[in-house]
Amino acid sequence: MINLNVNHKVYQVDADPNMPLLWVIRDLIGLTGTKYGCGVAQCGACVVHLNGEAVRSCVTKVSRAEGQQVTTIEGLSAQNNHPLQVAWNEENVPQCGYCHSGQIMSAAVLLREKADPTDQDIDDAMAGNLCRCGTYLRIRKAIHLAAELQKKEGGSV
Amino acid sequence: MSVSEEAERLSRRNFLRMAGIGGTALCLGLYTSGQAGVKVINQALVNAASEGVELAAWIIINTSGKVTLICHRAEMGQGVYHSIAQIIAEELEVDLYGVDIQLTQGDEKKYGSQLTGGSSTIRGSYKNLLKLSATAREVLIMAAAARWGVAADACYAESGHVIHKASGKKFHYGELVADAVKLAPPKEVKLKPRSAYQIIGKGNHRRDTPMKTNGEAIFGIDKRLPGLQFAAVKRNPRLRGKVKSFDASAALQVPGVTKVFKVVMGVWDTDREGVAVVANSTWAAIEGKKALRVEWDDTGFEHISTAEIYSRHRELLQSSEGLPLKTQGDPTGIISQSDHKLDVIYETPYQSHSCMEPVNCIAHFQGDKVEIWGPVQAPNWIQDYVSKKMGLARENVIVNMTFLGGGFGRKAMPDYPYEAVLVSKEIGAPVQVVWTREDDATQGPFRPGVSYRCEGAVEDGGITALKFRMAGQNNDHWRGGDNGKPNRSTSEGFLKPYYDTIKNISFADLPFKTPIPTSFWRSVYASTNGFAYESFMDELAHKAVRDPLDLRRQYLKDERSQLLIDKMEEVSGWKSRKKNDGYGVAITECFASTVGHIVKVSKGKTGGIHIDKVWVVVDCGWYVNPDIITAQVEGSVVMAIGAATIHEITFKDGMVEQRNFYDYKMPRIMDIPPIEVHIMENDEDAGGMGEPGLPAFAPALTNAIFDLTGKRIRKLPFDMGNAGMEK
Ligand code: FES
Ligand code: FES
Repeated sequence: MINLNVNHKVYQVDADPNMPLLWVIRDLIGLTGTKYGCGVAQCGACVVHLNGEAVRSCVTKVSRAEGQQVTTIEGLSAQNNHPLQVAWNEENVPQCGYCHSGQIMSAAVLLREKADPTDQDIDDAMAGNLCRCGTYLRIRKAIHLAAELQKKEGGSV
Repeated sequence: MSVSEEAERLSRRNFLRMAGIGGTALCLGLYTSGQAGVKVINQALVNAASEGVELAAWIIINTSGKVTLICHRAEMGQGVYHSIAQIIAEELEVDLYGVDIQLTQGDEKKYGSQLTGGSSTIRGSYKNLLKLSATAREVLIMAAAARWGVAADACYAESGHVIHKASGKKFHYGELVADAVKLAPPKEVKLKPRSAYQIIGKGNHRRDTPMKTNGEAIFGIDKRLPGLQFAAVKRNPRLRGKVKSFDASAALQVPGVTKVFKVVMGVWDTDREGVAVVANSTWAAIEGKKALRVEWDDTGFEHISTAEIYSRHRELLQSSEGLPLKTQGDPTGIISQSDHKLDVIYETPYQSHSCMEPVNCIAHFQGDKVEIWGPVQAPNWIQDYVSKKMGLARENVIVNMTFLGGGFGRKAMPDYPYEAVLVSKEIGAPVQVVWTREDDATQGPFRPGVSYRCEGAVEDGGITALKFRMAGQNNDHWRGGDNGKPNRSTSEGFLKPYYDTIKNISFADLPFKTPIPTSFWRSVYASTNGFAYESFMDELAHKAVRDPLDLRRQYLKDERSQLLIDKMEEVSGWKSRKKNDGYGVAITECFASTVGHIVKVSKGKTGGIHIDKVWVVVDCGWYVNPDIITAQVEGSVVMAIGAATIHEITFKDGMVEQRNFYDYKMPRIMDIPPIEVHIMENDEDAGGMGEPGLPAFAPALTNAIFDLTGKRIRKLPFDMGNAGMEK
């Protein structure tokens, strides 16, 4: 049995310690917001936060997450009201939407570390997240907007 | 996909039917008229009565006033979930953000064809949906007027209420349902003029966005059922191959793996074999698959390689006239006489769809019926295929549509649902078969790589003849298409007004077959044709010493093309550009919309080519949501950048050489230039918009590179890092 803390909830899972966190979250815990896209750290669809840092859950063994804080897209905010979520809605960012759990989780770390990211900061932080539907221009716009919203709220992410 | 067939079917389906089931809800739907019509309608009503009102209709209003709308097509990013609701809310007079929207099951008797392809959803159904919604509104008004004892035209509808103008009295829709279901719907309803629209024409917030920002949206891969098992399949990497034998022992050692057996995947009329590994999690299934040892039977078909494919294309293009598709005048004669002619070959690669959500499907086989859940573009085709293959009644193949994490044509194939059905049958339980990214990359079907021979002649600054030949696989051949007929899509993408002004034109197809499965890929043959035909126009313009946009203006004489060209010039500053400044233009037609691209390039700081900007002007006629159209164009440009400059599928010894995103690379955020989209305003019939933004990008880009460097690119993909280096 492995003890996991996901979105501030404690789970006991009967998993092989080598099982990637991605599949534990999706198939054993049943939170399907985190996506499988490539399985080899190429696309970013599976990004979650491990103690606040963005990790690719498809290549993160569940044993590494034991006793740590895991946050998935479902736990990013209580009301779908994280500045990024608000901005994503404002800019109509998603098309199919499949990549956006990962996009938002990557962007959330960026926004916490850089309150006012430049285009270059965004390129650097988001280069690991693919979007086959090609929503990149809107992702950029929405991150800038979220930075504005965050400043107005005066809160931290 | 037969767009014309579908258009025909839709034009026959213009009967409105209204059913009130037990007085509990007002349900409106459209039913097929004609021979089987009466039977169909009765059947639908019987089902509706016994199984609940949702089955009967497209718009459902219950007595508490709750409005439910059905999204009958696949939502794969192109926005129909929102834009269908936008259309209905407009004429129904309800709050777009207050209605429930439901994805549905495959049932063409209720919804017409649900094949979500050919950019057909809005253009194929908007007229019916407007009329249906207006009819619902009118019936509710009639019911209210009767209660008040006033004339219907003394009342109007607004945000889910009917209001009596003089007194201001109002009923909400729910209060009128019981009366409304007893009324005969009016035969004719007045539709709003475009100028009166409050909801249509607005780039409002998509209804599906919030659920795509917090993990709530259920894609096929997210669907869960009680007792669901997971499976991965090791399929023969040779695309027609079979299984000789397999050793399951190592796979069965993987914790969680429960069963290993041979399974067949039908690719239309051909079969491919693999070995399924069933487990209690996706990961265990994938691990089991890795451990599995299989000996393949690779006999009975050719093991082809990419180099052979293109050398055979060339041979065909040099030696054969092919099967004529369209001919006017005598291009062969004119070209042979001309002193100013061009004769060149263009090559385009095979491509993978690579939807972010890999192919997957759930099936639950239950003896005489099977239920399917998945990301599918063509539920009706799955019903056709699975019922035939399994010997089931068609209505016992129940196909539930989820959100799709991308489709691009791949998810119109019934191969993966059928495979899931076979796995479920074998284990006697519901199962989700998940393709790994590697499966997705290596198994196809793919966009066929196509080569073109383009010949043309110019005289006195004008075009006198065009002769196009195409060599490449025909997607129709996978569905028993006739070898003796030319590919109907040989001229796809080419602008029709050219036929009025260029006297001598011919198109011919050189049938070409390989064992590689191919299928529709966003914008289908326009995606490759457009590159050849619009690059060639640029070559002819250069040969005739003409401005390439001017040349198009001369030959595209119709008013819509002229206005489009005006707009392209205006927004891009085309006329004020300097000589060899790196501007390129291309215009293509696709699924009833015309789209023009202008691309501006410059020399990159570290060598190669940099895309400075892309301007896109779209004429899609009547439209619903300008922001979704803009998004579709942006996405099409990104997809086109990938296909033109980054990735291709290649084959060696009958197998795909790429595996995953590390060798089938994708454009990333830093690769995307600014894209400016403009939509023409007119009252013409609606065209498609999910795909037409794609084909003109690649030729506009390579034409721009020619303008800047003098280097003509005739083969895709090319490397932007080296482009234009050698003359
Ligand atoms: S699924 Fe983890 S990076 Fe692609
Ligand atoms: S929105 Fe479809 S992959 Fe990003």
